[in-house]
Amino acid sequence: MKQIFTVTELNENVKRLLEASFDALWVEGEVSNLRRPASGHAYFILKDEKSQIRAVIFRSLPVARQFPWARPMQFELEEGMSVICGGRLSVYHPRGEYQLIVEVVEPKGLGALQKAFEQLKARLQAEGLFDPVHKKRIPFLPQRVGVITSPTGAVIRDILHITARRFPSVDILIAPVRVQGSEAPPEIIRAIADMHAVGNIDVIILARGGGSLEDLAAFNDEGVAREIFRSRIPVISAIGHEIDYTIADFVADLRAPTPSAAAELVMPVKKEIVASLETLRSRLINCMLRMGEKVQGKVTSLKGRLRDPRRAIHDFRILVDDRTERLMLSLDHVRAMQRPKLLNLEIRLHHATPISQIRDRQLALESLRKSVIAGWQTIVGRLRMRMETSAAVLDTLSPLSVLRRGYGIIRTLPEGIIVKNAAAVTVDSKVDVKVSSGSFHAKVTEVKQE
Amino acid sequence: MAKEKFEEALGKLEEIVKRMESGDMSLEESLRAFEEGIKLARLCSRKLDEAERRVEILLKQEEGLVVKPFQVEEE
Repeated sequence: MKQIFTVTELNENVKRLLEASFDALWVEGEVSNLRRPASGHAYFILKDEKSQIRAVIFRSLPVARQFPWARPMQFELEEGMSVICGGRLSVYHPRGEYQLIVEVVEPKGLGALQKAFEQLKARLQAEGLFDPVHKKRIPFLPQRVGVITSPTGAVIRDILHITARRFPSVDILIAPVRVQGSEAPPEIIRAIADMHAVGNIDVIILARGGGSLEDLAAFNDEGVAREIFRSRIPVISAIGHEIDYTIADFVADLRAPTPSAAAELVMPVKKEIVASLETLRSRLINCMLRMGEKVQGKVTSLKGRLRDPRRAIHDFRILVDDRTERLMLSLDHVRAMQRPKLLNLEIRLHHATPISQIRDRQLALESLRKSVIAGWQTIVGRLRMRMETSAAVLDTLSPLSVLRRGYGIIRTLPEGIIVKNAAAVTVDSKVDVKVSSGSFHAKVTEVKQE
Repeated sequence: MAKEKFEEALGKLEEIVKRMESGDMSLEESLRAFEEGIKLARLCSRKLDEAERRVEILLKQEEGLVVKPFQVEEE
């Protein structure tokens, strides 16, 4: 009778078998095909030269019950990294595949802690947590200093001793923490938060004595580093000896080589401050005294320079005179310039006068007058000759010559009308009778009409 | 003024002294500066002389954070 499995049954059987047989194992190999989907789990293939197996690390790494001695993983997987994985086998039966559920990973070669340190340092550096721009200034004279450290041991005593010596009136607030072991990081983180809650803390010193890399692990904790970065109060790290560097040192605002050095960095010497304050005060007073003298001197000198306003009036008067004089001079100057011009014009005017023309015309006129007179006399002489000729002729025709021959001319009186007709006179009218050698009045005595 | 940090006060005092020493201040300005400078110097002295130092320890109790005097164990 053949036993026939369904695929599901087979895979479930294999799952049971494998998971029971390989409940806890260590495998060493090289990481490849590393993927981190959104779920946050890490999938990769663990391989050597000849073979490979699927592996997964779940994001919330379960407490490694099979490996109670192991620390939680402190570094990040990288492609090609040689690792030793602690975990168990598991069958994913929907696909009939088996894989390694990894609970613990340790790097081969470098120690796990050193590797973790270097990776965290590189990552935080890339994120900029060590960037100098984020470093806060350490106050020059803090009034209250917070110290996060173990309340027992040499470190706190050294710090208290040095601060007391340098500056006997500064308050110290100690936040006691464990500085070693798995409880140390959360305690340190809480202490930094508490310092903020208490208030009035000017600077925090985070201190621990020297130790191995293991001992200093709490100061290489990512959570501690981020809390230091977040702190609004400046943080001075003073961890281990001068040669020990921790992540906290890189992210702190100031690294002191030792806890004692931190106390010295934070506390100036009181005597020196008092002295410099005294110097400042005396400089201030000297300044004021000098200022007073300077002002006094200035007032005196200004007073000397103050002038009688009448002097200004005199000056103006002189100025006005001077200007007037210059005005006059300039007027003379203009005159001197214009005189020759005037002269010249006069000469030209003189030359252009019409007198000679008038004389010329007068002469012409005179000659014309003479011509006219001469002509006139000629004409008159001629006329006279003609007249005389005519008078002789006329004389022969004259009524006078008729009268001489015995005729008379009768005119009415007083009208003087020549009487040519008998009807022109009446009886008793008087008439004038002209004869050759004179005339006489006569009276009409009779009128006879013919 | 009471809350003024010592360092700020000292810094201001230094600044005032420098400005006064540079000599290009009016009389009125320098009088004001002098007055403030003297005030700051007095404040700084007072801060330096203030109360004896306290060394305390931060403890967590049921009612929250408590600050108590700290006893240094002598060896």
